[in-house]
Amino acid sequence: MTRAAPAIAILAVLLPVSVIAGILVGAVPLAPGDVLGALFGTGDPSTLTIVRELRAPRVIAAALVGGALAVAGTLLQGLFRNPLADPYVTGTSAGAALGAVAVIALGNDLAATAVPIAAFIGALLSALGVWQLARLGGRTTVLTVLLAGIILTSFSSALVTLLLFASDRLALRLRAILDILSGGVTVRATSELVVAAIVVACGVGLAIVLGRRIDAFVFGEETAATLGVDPERTTIAVIAAAALLTGAAVALAGLVGFVGLVVPHALRPIVGATHRTLAIASFLAGASVLVLADLGARSIFAPAELPVGVLTGLLGAPFFLVLLVRARRREVA
Amino acid sequence: MTTLVARSLAAGYGSRAVLRGVDLTFEPGSLVALVGPNGAGKSTLLRALAGLIRPTAGAVTLDGIDIATLSRAALAARVAVVPQTFDTLFPFTAREIVALGRTARLGLFARPTARDVAAVARAIDEQDLVPLLDRRLDALSGGERQRIVVAMALAQESDVLLLDEPTAHLDPQHQLGTVRRVAALARARGVVVLAVLHDLNLATLADRVVVLDAGRVVADGPPANALAAAVVTRVFGPGLTIAQVSGRTVILPG
Repeated sequence: MTRAAPAIAILAVLLPVSVIAGILVGAVPLAPGDVLGALFGTGDPSTLTIVRELRAPRVIAAALVGGALAVAGTLLQGLFRNPLADPYVTGTSAGAALGAVAVIALGNDLAATAVPIAAFIGALLSALGVWQLARLGGRTTVLTVLLAGIILTSFSSALVTLLLFASDRLALRLRAILDILSGGVTVRATSELVVAAIVVACGVGLAIVLGRRIDAFVFGEETAATLGVDPERTTIAVIAAAALLTGAAVALAGLVGFVGLVVPHALRPIVGATHRTLAIASFLAGASVLVLADLGARSIFAPAELPVGVLTGLLGAPFFLVLLVRARRREVA
Repeated sequence: MTTLVARSLAAGYGSRAVLRGVDLTFEPGSLVALVGPNGAGKSTLLRALAGLIRPTAGAVTLDGIDIATLSRAALAARVAVVPQTFDTLFPFTAREIVALGRTARLGLFARPTARDVAAVARAIDEQDLVPLLDRRLDALSGGERQRIVVAMALAQESDVLLLDEPTAHLDPQHQLGTVRRVAALARARGVVVLAVLHDLNLATLADRVVVLDAGRVVADGPPANALAAAVVTRVFGPGLTIAQVSGRTVILPG
């Protein structure tokens, strides 16, 4: 607890610094003064377009996505009492992607809210499904959660492929679908950002409010009940919050893996295990991490832009493997 | 003064009946030990008294109120449970765990009040946890963990404290320490304290012993009566030596 406050203060400074770095760096070099001017609406038209219409929305989107995924990871790790859960490995992201792809591939006209709503519904159904699957046989272990996640991810992927075959608009919307599946931050309209920001704010707020109950929950449902926490209601609320956050993240950036897993995991030794503090720290750190990762993804093959999901996957998968090996050792011991 | 009553209580899991027609009344200020052979229904009785399972017949009442009508939060403010196993893969500190005892009293948005802080401080003090407060659960010994979980239950400031095998996984010295501490708590706080105990010799340290066998109460009274040689042989089977050592009943295998 004592180290949580300074850590959160540092993270709160790191986020705006990352955002400014994200706006400054890009394929077209811009002077810091011009960027600052453009943010306040002055400067030449091409700088204005680059800063206000391209970089700033993308950086803000990356921050929202990273923060949302990290908080969703915090929630799902608490729910499954499992440090190896996150939206990606539990199949929640895959469900959200299925919802998003369904609307893009089959929908007539893409309202700003259609993709996020479909992604939320997909995330909600997957999270409920993984919760039910992981509980089969009574005891929820680290591995049953991962296996349930694999089942849901495979099922969702198969349905996505089926949708692509069935779609008559595939050629028209291939780019949007590819962005969802490869995990690239794309902002088509400002209204998308506004919708996502509202949803993410609701999800993070719920996570903070539920934090204390999740703390009781990680010691088992019966212990939570004797501490005065209703296990069913808490489960539903946590799943709903995680689905809101995952849905918003997937609608903006598609399948970005491992941010939700790594961020809360790395923060716990620093800020402690209590979920209210962890949710706040995870949002700030997750947002910074994805802004910087997206900056890296845009720079490595500049002027070509790598989807940020590729980068988080490349870095996150080995990290996940290390955690899995450690967790298995502890369970056997 | 709180009175916890099990009235014609029957409970079980699915079609399997575990408890049959249990009638018991618990008064505050004394330690009641609940003993019986494996499968006698001790933990089931404890779970029914804690409202964790619904009775199939009869009821559990707290000062005349059926606990099935109380919300989780309302029940947690009156009945605290020390579970048999308490563990997590997350690095919670002792202080954070004791504070969990106040969960039911805190609203979703509320910050801890002076009373919450005082309840946690008192529980920490009573269980001598000050030197352990910033240690993580997985860095503590079995005896230390036990004290933390008891402190968490005490921070609930409930009228009833139920302990499910609090001496499991402890060495003899810590077993004795736990039972003495819990008995002292019952008197000092004036609460109903019921502990499931496996070791009959520890049970003789309680103020009252309830013996369960096949889901029924077969003996109930002061240790000398409830654990009389005839009862022990009938319930736990032959092959046990029952002796008197300095005025206490001692039960030994063989």
